[in-house]
Amino acid sequence: MANLKTTEKKTKAQSMGLHTEVLTGKTQQKFFNPDEAENFYYWGTYDVDFNKRTELDVNDMDCKEANKKIDELMSQGYGTIVIKNPQGKHSLGVGILNKLNLIFEGSLGYFGVGSIDGPTVRVNGRVGWSCAENMMAGKVVIEKNAGSCFGAAVRGGDLICKGSVGARTGIDQKGGTIIIGGDAGAFTGFMMQRGRIVVLGNVGINLGDSMYDGTIYVGGKIGSYGSDAIESPMTKSDIDWLKRKLKVAEIGEDFDVSKMTKVVAGKKLWNYDALEPTEKKGAI
Amino acid sequence: MCGIAGLIHRGKSSNVGQELQGMLQALKHRGEDSTGYALYGDTDGQNFIMRFKVGENVGEGSSSVMEDVSVYDERKKIVDSYLSQMGAKIVKEERILPYSLRYEIDYDKGDLLEFSQKIESIPGVEILSMGKSLEVIKDLGNAKAVCDRYNLGDLVGTHAIGHARMATESGVDIKSAHPFWGYPFSDVSVVHNGQLTNYWNNRRILENKGMRFMSECDSELIAVYLAEKMRNGATLEEGMKDSLSGLDGVFTYFVATKNSLGMAKDTMAAKPLVLYESDDLVAMGSEEIAIRSVLPQEIDTYDPFDGEVKVWQI
Repeated sequence: MANLKTTEKKTKAQSMGLHTEVLTGKTQQKFFNPDEAENFYYWGTYDVDFNKRTELDVNDMDCKEANKKIDELMSQGYGTIVIKNPQGKHSLGVGILNKLNLIFEGSLGYFGVGSIDGPTVRVNGRVGWSCAENMMAGKVVIEKNAGSCFGAAVRGGDLICKGSVGARTGIDQKGGTIIIGGDAGAFTGFMMQRGRIVVLGNVGINLGDSMYDGTIYVGGKIGSYGSDAIESPMTKSDIDWLKRKLKVAEIGEDFDVSKMTKVVAGKKLWNYDALEPTEKKGAI
Repeated sequence: MCGIAGLIHRGKSSNVGQELQGMLQALKHRGEDSTGYALYGDTDGQNFIMRFKVGENVGEGSSSVMEDVSVYDERKKIVDSYLSQMGAKIVKEERILPYSLRYEIDYDKGDLLEFSQKIESIPGVEILSMGKSLEVIKDLGNAKAVCDRYNLGDLVGTHAIGHARMATESGVDIKSAHPFWGYPFSDVSVVHNGQLTNYWNNRRILENKGMRFMSECDSELIAVYLAEKMRNGATLEEGMKDSLSGLDGVFTYFVATKNSLGMAKDTMAAKPLVLYESDDLVAMGSEEIAIRSVLPQEIDTYDPFDGEVKVWQI
């Protein structure tokens, strides 16, 4: 990081009254050093044994109690945790930054398994809105349907719903893969920036609306395309990737991926600098 | 943010008052400024049940102005005299709270518009519902508080819809609470979660057509909008489908009649709804935990898609 104390810009800026704060060593970024083992771990993560298994009945717990208990079990080395009676409660299994096998025997409410980084999650039920929001890594499999905003702002990992999902699936997606076995609602891939969405069934209106980048594959009918979303030819690498991914995802292994529709960003909406004023109007 | 819930038993009756109380109480985090129930009970179908208020609840964070209870008594006397003038006979009378009353009325004339206009010409009086099976009960507080206050736990019926309200765009009072009666249609009620952005435009148009608004709550527009469509010969389902383009904004709403219950979701699918359907029961709510209060076992539920309209019969 540049030392603002010694730059001319700093002096000029401060003389103009634009900066009053000066960075000191206390606030300077400490860069990653691979020799320092502790940098490989997040705070609050544990060494767990996948063969060490336990069950947790959350019927009489609120989400805070349940999440705290999951954390305690991980701290005791449990690598496989089965959650009984989730009863559609909100915010269960959030913020897990560990390798972990987490199995929910029932349905989750809103924000289930949000902000996770690493666990393998299976939900033997349905999930409500915003499942796995902001997931960094790991694998999440939903056996039934999911609500809207499925995989909002996902950054990595695989998020799989074997049933149908609501609207705005993959909104603001920044990486990773979202796979839907059934249908998806309106605004799928809304403003997505990177990553892939695969829908084996139909999708609703405004598919890929205002997407910056990324790829959407659709097996069924498309309600309508959103602003700046365009069809692109399927390539051999697309087909190979889809076959491999669907097999790993335990979903649609026999699906004829070669007939899917590939949708990408037209990239006319946001590149204003490269457009004439009349073109800008047309792009919008 | 508000919460809505509903259920319809097909081919049987159940303790819908208690069931809906459980569903709405599970949604209390979505708002507990007021809670309302539209319950479709088992009645003999002979008499009208009129739920009406002669004043507002001025406690519990209410935005209403306090009035002397004697004013309520005066208004009640005028209601009674007007009923007599219109040939309506009071079969049974219950004063549940100083400002809230329930009458069973023997009234054989079909025109509820004239009837309602006459009653509501009394300042401070509002008919909450009028029907042969519908009873709308709404007041300030959460679902359990309202249920206990009005003794709804024992009410048996076929279907019900309800609303847990967080007041955002109108006052904390009974007149702005849901459900709204589909005035002047017997046994029609509406609950809504969302915001309607063309409320004032539609309201001006509908008022010019002679429709009545009692509050400044945008949700009331849905009841009036559907009532106006039905007055012009549309079926309930046709009116609901028309509302997807006629109403602007984000909304999920339920509407119930004597024999049916329907839902509609806007074309943006911006407001939540979870549905459970089986041969003998349909249950729905803003969140799955509402359905879980009546069906704790593992069930299959789903979110309706954008622009969907569904209607179920009892």
